[in-house]
Amino acid sequence: MKIHEYQAKQLFKDAGIPVPAGALAETPEAAATIASELGGVVAVKAQVHVGGRGKAGGIKVVRSPEEARAAAQAIIGMDIKGSKVNKVWVEKGSSIAREAYLGITLDRSNRSILFIASAAGGIDIEEVAAHTPEKIIRFHTFDTTFPEAEARAAAGKLFEDEAHAGPALEIMRKLFDLFVVKDASLAEINPLVLTGEGQVVALDGKLNFDDNALFRQPDIEALRDMAEENPNEIEAKAKGLSFVQLEGDIGCMVNGAGLAMATMDMVKLYGGQPANFLDVGGSSNPEKVINAFKLILSSGTIKAVLINIFGGITRCDDIARGILESFKQIDISVPVVVRLTGTNAEEGLRLLEGSNLIPAQTFAEAVRKVILAAGGTVVEAHS
Amino acid sequence: MSILLDQSTKVLVQGITGRDGSFHARQMIDYGTTVVGGVTPGKGGQTLHGVPVFNSVKDGVAATGAEASVIYVPAKFAPAAIMEAADAGLRLIVAITEGIPTLDMLKVYHEVRRRGITLIGPNCPGLISPGKAKIGIMPGSIHRPGRVGVISRSGTLTYEIVYALTNLGIGQSTCVGIGGDPIVGTGPMDLLPLFEQDPDTDAVVLVGEIGGDEEERTAEFIRQHIKKPVYAFIVGHTAPEGKRMGHAGAIVSGGSGTAGSKIKAFAHAGVPVANTIDELAEITRIGLAGLR
Repeated sequence: MKIHEYQAKQLFKDAGIPVPAGALAETPEAAATIASELGGVVAVKAQVHVGGRGKAGGIKVVRSPEEARAAAQAIIGMDIKGSKVNKVWVEKGSSIAREAYLGITLDRSNRSILFIASAAGGIDIEEVAAHTPEKIIRFHTFDTTFPEAEARAAAGKLFEDEAHAGPALEIMRKLFDLFVVKDASLAEINPLVLTGEGQVVALDGKLNFDDNALFRQPDIEALRDMAEENPNEIEAKAKGLSFVQLEGDIGCMVNGAGLAMATMDMVKLYGGQPANFLDVGGSSNPEKVINAFKLILSSGTIKAVLINIFGGITRCDDIARGILESFKQIDISVPVVVRLTGTNAEEGLRLLEGSNLIPAQTFAEAVRKVILAAGGTVVEAHS
Repeated sequence: MSILLDQSTKVLVQGITGRDGSFHARQMIDYGTTVVGGVTPGKGGQTLHGVPVFNSVKDGVAATGAEASVIYVPAKFAPAAIMEAADAGLRLIVAITEGIPTLDMLKVYHEVRRRGITLIGPNCPGLISPGKAKIGIMPGSIHRPGRVGVISRSGTLTYEIVYALTNLGIGQSTCVGIGGDPIVGTGPMDLLPLFEQDPDTDAVVLVGEIGGDEEERTAEFIRQHIKKPVYAFIVGHTAPEGKRMGHAGAIVSGGSGTAGSKIKAFAHAGVPVANTIDELAEITRIGLAGLR
């Protein structure tokens, strides 16, 4: 799960990591008021989850409340990579002497928590990593113990002066504690700045969290911004389905994440465009199938639906009952191709006899049929 | 032969009195697995499906000599259940449970590895040595005893692939669903050497997903250490960046973990990558025919 910069900064502040003073505004007037209270130079920053806000014009540095009002006017309502800006964070300007980078994330390759630090921080950190990897410091911890010695050495490389390296080390420690205590999957400060006044401050921050751990992080779950999420994906989650919206016109209903991905890939490979990823999950009660149909049909312009079920825990007769019930409850006017294999497949297929569904025996046949049913042309994919 | 599991492996079912645990204990017994008991705290002394229920894994091991366990307990309690099995001295632990927090698995992973225990999963369908025994939730009927090893992160996709192999008359030695989470106990690089050494495995089918760089590293590992043929399949070509595709591990981020990068790595290692499941079964069939 992702949160906004202003929420990350509040968590930083609560954890004792220095951040510039600021406040959230939803209107230009509020932005002007905050700017006037802060005084002097302020930054007006779009609050959206996508990266690259600055380059998209979503961050403006201004010198007066009037300019802050104008900046907020321009930014609120702006569309940044598909995310509409509803709020701006108005923050006291910082004089920047140095920009460093600090990140903590999970390293799957060696099952560790990875620290990444660089004296060359800022918006071009990816360029630094790509072209001058020697400027990136990396170290690990294999449990939830803070790697004191490596962190101390890294802090000394970010800021040579002990008066600044000491605070940087404390920030690393606090960011790591936050990462562990809140079940983060990414904690990043970029830039971590040394101000003209000699303070080490988190000028921008990003926190992502482990979805599997949200059950024990209610305060983090409460930070979820529904405006940033696809309403269908939220709806799906509430119904125990796993759903991701795509841009095509062939709806997919599959059991299991791997098979759902393979189904999308096959549709595309044979010349169709999948409209979604949808995993109905393991034990499939008919209700889940109905909810899945509703989700698929509510999302954009669906021309046909492919139901691909490999029964294991999932019983094909349960799925068949769900399909029949869906046709009673919902107006399904597009062709539906069904392929059932595995546990209780014969019983499931028998239940569907006499319906308008298009049956298919194999995965490949099902994909070909759904593309034709959607009015498309099948591209024979074999190499 | 087979790897990790055969009909002599004595298995305890942790969470045997729960809905899934009970159902799959029955299925495992019917398939031929030597299920020697179950564990549910507070329900020791009962009997289910003809096997005793114990209060703890330790009690179960003392009474039955069990060497493996399968875990069907909810995510909240699963890390403790894995550690309980490890503390009781089991050599093989299979965690079916999905949704375990990553930081919990980080601790569990290093602890079980340090002790030399094989942990399969979590968030996996388990493993099966066809015709001998299964530990997990896969439908036994689609499998067929034979000489191809299968390694996959997925559940139903693995069934689909096994089914395609079986339909072409290609049997399997052992099929392992390693799990879809960012941290799983056993990866392809742990299993490939076991298949390499197994005299009854001739080739390995490897199924990967987008996310992480395990496939890339596995490709390099194969190039250096594995002589038996490996055939690969990758899913997630159509997955958009930054979206989690059901499995916590299946997410493309910052341009890394893409299907393209994985296919390229396998190609570099001389591992054929199939475009479709049917093609995967077909290239495996042709490859095996060439070995004879």
